[in-house]
Amino acid sequence: MATTLTINGQERSFDAPPEMPLLWVLRDILGLTGTKFGCGMAQCGACTVHVDGKPVRSCVLPVGNLQSRTITTIEGIGATPVGAGVQKAWLDLEVVQCGYCQSGQIMSAAALLASTPDPDDSDIDAAMAGNICRCGTYVRIRAAIKQAAATQKS
Amino acid sequence: MTITAEVPEISRRRILGGALATGLVLAFHLPLGAARPPQTKDPAAGKFAPNAYIRIDESDQITLIMPQVEMGQGIYTGVATILAEELDADLTQVVLQHAPPEEKLYANPSFGIQATGGSTSVRAFWTPLRKAGAAARAMLIKAAADQWQVAPASCSAALGTVLHIESGRRLRYGELVDPASKLSAPSDIPLKDPKNFVLIGKPLKRLDTPDKVNGKVIYGIDAMMPGLKFATLAQCPVFGGKVADVEDHAAMQIPGVRQIVVLDDLVAVIADDTWTAKRGLEALKITWNEGKNANVSSKDIWDHLRAASEIEGVVAKSVGDVADALHLGETYEASYEMPFLAHATMEPLNCTVHVTPSFCNVWVGTQIIARAQSVAARAAGLPEDKVTIHQHLLGGGFGRRLEVDMIATAVRIGSKVDGPVKITWMREEDIQHDIYRPVYRDTISARLSGDKVIAFKYRVAGSSVIARWLPPAVQQGIDNDAVDSAADTPYDIPNFQVEYVRVEPPAVPTGFWRGVGPNNNVFAIESFMDELARKANKDPIAFRRDMLGKTPRIQHVLDLVAEKSNWGQPLPRRVGRGVSVQPTFNTSIATVVEAEVDSGGDVYIRQVTLAVDCGLAINPDTVVAQIEGGMIFGLTAALYGEITLEKGRVQQSNFHDYRVLRIDQIPKIDIHLVKSGEAPGGIGEASVIGGPPALRNAIYAATGVALRRLPIDRGLIAEKKSWL
Amino acid sequence: MVVRAGIVRVFIGAVIVGAIVALGAVWYVRGPDPLAFTGGKSVALADYKDGDPTGVPTSMRQASLLERGRYLTEAADCGVCHTAPGGKEYAGGFAFKMPFGTMYSTNITPDKETGIGKYTDQEFLDAMHRGIRRDGARLYPAMPYTSYAYITDADALAIKAYLFSLASVRAVPPENTLMFPFNQRWAMAFWSLVFNRDTRFRPDPSQSLKWNRGAYLAEALAHCGECHTPRNIGFALNNREKFAGAPVGGWRAFNISPDKATGLGGWSDEDIASYLSLGHAPGHGTASGAMGEAVDHSFSKMTQADIEAMVAFVRSVPPSTTPDFALRSAPAPASHKDGVAANLLGKKIFEGACASCHGWTGESAVSPFATLTGSAAINDPSATNVAQIVIGGTRRLTPARALSMPSFGHVLSDDEIAAVSNYVTARFGAKGSSLTARDVANMRAQVSD
Ligand code: FES
Ligand code: FES
Repeated sequence: MATTLTINGQERSFDAPPEMPLLWVLRDILGLTGTKFGCGMAQCGACTVHVDGKPVRSCVLPVGNLQSRTITTIEGIGATPVGAGVQKAWLDLEVVQCGYCQSGQIMSAAALLASTPDPDDSDIDAAMAGNICRCGTYVRIRAAIKQAAATQKS
Repeated sequence: MTITAEVPEISRRRILGGALATGLVLAFHLPLGAARPPQTKDPAAGKFAPNAYIRIDESDQITLIMPQVEMGQGIYTGVATILAEELDADLTQVVLQHAPPEEKLYANPSFGIQATGGSTSVRAFWTPLRKAGAAARAMLIKAAADQWQVAPASCSAALGTVLHIESGRRLRYGELVDPASKLSAPSDIPLKDPKNFVLIGKPLKRLDTPDKVNGKVIYGIDAMMPGLKFATLAQCPVFGGKVADVEDHAAMQIPGVRQIVVLDDLVAVIADDTWTAKRGLEALKITWNEGKNANVSSKDIWDHLRAASEIEGVVAKSVGDVADALHLGETYEASYEMPFLAHATMEPLNCTVHVTPSFCNVWVGTQIIARAQSVAARAAGLPEDKVTIHQHLLGGGFGRRLEVDMIATAVRIGSKVDGPVKITWMREEDIQHDIYRPVYRDTISARLSGDKVIAFKYRVAGSSVIARWLPPAVQQGIDNDAVDSAADTPYDIPNFQVEYVRVEPPAVPTGFWRGVGPNNNVFAIESFMDELARKANKDPIAFRRDMLGKTPRIQHVLDLVAEKSNWGQPLPRRVGRGVSVQPTFNTSIATVVEAEVDSGGDVYIRQVTLAVDCGLAINPDTVVAQIEGGMIFGLTAALYGEITLEKGRVQQSNFHDYRVLRIDQIPKIDIHLVKSGEAPGGIGEASVIGGPPALRNAIYAATGVALRRLPIDRGLIAEKKSWL
Repeated sequence: MVVRAGIVRVFIGAVIVGAIVALGAVWYVRGPDPLAFTGGKSVALADYKDGDPTGVPTSMRQASLLERGRYLTEAADCGVCHTAPGGKEYAGGFAFKMPFGTMYSTNITPDKETGIGKYTDQEFLDAMHRGIRRDGARLYPAMPYTSYAYITDADALAIKAYLFSLASVRAVPPENTLMFPFNQRWAMAFWSLVFNRDTRFRPDPSQSLKWNRGAYLAEALAHCGECHTPRNIGFALNNREKFAGAPVGGWRAFNISPDKATGLGGWSDEDIASYLSLGHAPGHGTASGAMGEAVDHSFSKMTQADIEAMVAFVRSVPPSTTPDFALRSAPAPASHKDGVAANLLGKKIFEGACASCHGWTGESAVSPFATLTGSAAINDPSATNVAQIVIGGTRRLTPARALSMPSFGHVLSDDEIAAVSNYVTARFGAKGSSLTARDVANMRAQVSD
């Protein structure tokens, strides 16, 4: 079944059964490997993308549910001011270790800041607790979100 | 499935892939400042290549070859910093390359093989890298001095340029490539005085991170090439079991499923994408021949280990006369038990291979590249020089990628497949076919005289990872890793003995796990020290301090952590502080954890304070990051980590039942680095170790319950429930 | 994992019943029969003139005996109880775990030694209709023979023919481990005497063929009442409260009577049909537990016309109200800060393990199957099914692997399961639950694993 989606501002058409999770369309069919596979069951957050600006776990998101929705992935998030701000804060505070979870972390953080420009700790918990980091970069993730929020305001 | 859109990502990778396939040193280009094209020339041609680590070409590009692999610990930046420091290079001009498999050039001096692990990277390579950098700088200076006909001593180097101080003449390193490469490498070049370091000790920006925040980084799991197929696999759920029968009719009906590969111990489905491969696998009806391990359960493993731990072991260290000293009075005894642990690297196991009768290409992130090459060669039935390993960054290693089972498996599957195939382990397969941190049982007997420990006998019983992984390193039956931080305890105890009993668990493969042997030993010893302190009626810090007189660096971090953690200040009910000290990996750490135990037995970690002396910190910010992350890694295991078996099968499967700490459970982590000029110590492993015993001791303080087993059993520390 | 029926109660009932007989209150307790609510007259099947409501759907009337037998076997949902997890289909060994022991289902493959290979037609009918085994021993009513009694002989024998066409599997289920007096099979004879009417289906001439077809499917084959109708003091079905909902093996079967507020009164016909054939109705939740299995193995295999017939029938029963149950179908606030304030432990678990799929509003961004808003389970102030789903997870097979939720029972403590259940029922339902760790421990004990 041919499906067309807008991904990072570009129309992409591909052939995939409607039950196929978006994650594998992105990674294996479209070659957008920035979105990561971690668990396949919405428990780790590594595969987070934005659908119409909201963070969604692409590993459990059937692509057939998505006709005419707008998708943003880690490859495209830097084009939004919030996304660029998050990436910069991530580099400034040296959040990243192995980096494998960070696409998902950044997508979740960008969605948080888009809806809650001035998040407190409980907002960060609520938005980020679904994203696991095995390297344990949580301390810096929290700090970087706060810094991105502060920079965004000024 | 067809691709009807332009796919620039794939074609971009193809350029790189094509270059790599020629078997050259592969260029992993990290964008430092302006982007540079990946290097495709013969690495030695037209270049100054004074040693295995450094290449300089006429365009001033300095290429540093990374003998160690980056898995998040910041080693690329660390190695580059050390080399650039002595080379007086401009760090922003540097390009990094993964070292190829070449044991002679890049072996880790700690192991004698090409491996990244054991927090050895900086410790082992510190001097060789500095010498390499210094030698290259000396040659460049000599080349310039010869050209100017002045004495080398009258020249100096900075930021990739040689300067003749008097005349103000300068030559860029690129301009000196030709004459310098004609010189022979000097020996015994004096190294820089640390006072003059301009890079080392500074919180420099990491070189690997920019591509990790924009989705461009390519891990092994992201390898792509034209014609690539995707696969996933099922191995027998019982360790050692074999395939008996596969009914594949339904699977082959699924559009996009291309091939079912059945080997004696596994089944793989090859498809147009990973999801279709997974669906194909689910549609297979596989009957297994489960073999002799089909009935092994955790209980059997523990029975086996407990029985074995009752037997005397090989003596690894003996001071005074323990037997005698223990006989003289009342002894205290306790046993501590540690569970199997999976690594659960964030990047699930994967390996991409292209196997033909004449060559074998492997794309993978590995901690042990030379062994990866030889195992791939064996699996493919090819000579090693026909095997090319394309090294990638690792989405977490933690010891899992010190093993090569996934590479052998992938090559065996790939040998049956026409063209390149990427094999991705589903998370369930990754967790259920790990090579696990062994179970250990530690038995301690001690005797106090007043408030001093005068006899201490420690027996560790558990699997020997070294005996399997690096057999020659086991001498006289002693696995140095298994007794690490016990045999070399910092405590000054007059009668002291450490024994090792090697006992391999039935059915379960065991391997290194971040923190390795000291995880176990420090937990047992530091837990027991708290129990002894209580017997002696002494504050746990004061009790320890008195025995640390011969290890002043540890005594100092203990004092520091006491001061910074508000040790001794009153706390609410069911809240406690616990301490641990450790001498691990040449790094001295004292940790205080403050934790609360609620009535249901759930544990809330309120605050962690550490004092750390890791010698000279190459990059203090990276050291702090490692400590934060390692602490969370260790506490995760202490609270939740356990792999159990039933009917020969691992019962955990994914992050819902192999639980990890999440951001909303993370305490404040307060880290105090001691300024030190001593040689750098390890930190990646060391940072994992101190949290669990300190947490255990905090719970001991909060509840009075002396836990002797990990993970923490919430049932034991819940308040008594009236309905029970 | 899931207990199929209210065995616990059935069992207790089996023993108590002797006493009840003695008290002479039997006939009151026995109450009306399942179709008495219509008040209409029933007639013998042969006297119903509008067509044949039994057998397979009209579209399959020409099909072979085996195909017809297969359809009916699936409609009667035999496989679910007669297959052990990971075991061979129909080979039995499924465990019914009860406080007084465990009972195992039997092998109904045609194996001559260990299965039903030696059953004659009459012996098979005796088992299906009267709960009498080939050797004369009494079956426990875990086997819903009081419902199967309504199945026509022809249909029962078609089921037999299908079962006899399966591969023989040599498998002996484990011995039941029932304590006295529950291990006294003979007592079941008295129970049967009172509660098994042992009559075949009799259509109601005042109702349409569609309705009668639905009645036959729902009562004789799908045995809906076995879970959804409360039990009387003899622990047989109390048809005075037909389909009013009941506790079942640690779960709760909800009210499926047409009551507006607490039953299916607010559902459209399409909603009910979709729930039966897909396990999900938009805005009304997703089937889990035993109902999920019934969807996967039974309802999803039935024709649309049969599903619609059942819908018509279920619509016609008198409404019963479930006390203490209210339905809220509006989403929760988008911000985690609004709504439920207390219960930090529950919130913590939700934000880490649950919010990714279910969302803070309860309306899933991933799939309508994961939407909590409007489901009966989330509005049930006992939180029974919510807790069971957290413990055991849930998985719909239809449509193709739509979604599954992993089981958290091994990693979350009883305390944590209680906390997260209380949190989600409070946040997304009409009235929060107040489960304790002890309640959760009890629930765990009631399900077989
Ligand atoms: S891969 Fe999707 S949440 Fe883990
Ligand atoms: S940075 Fe390695 S998993 Fe998060």
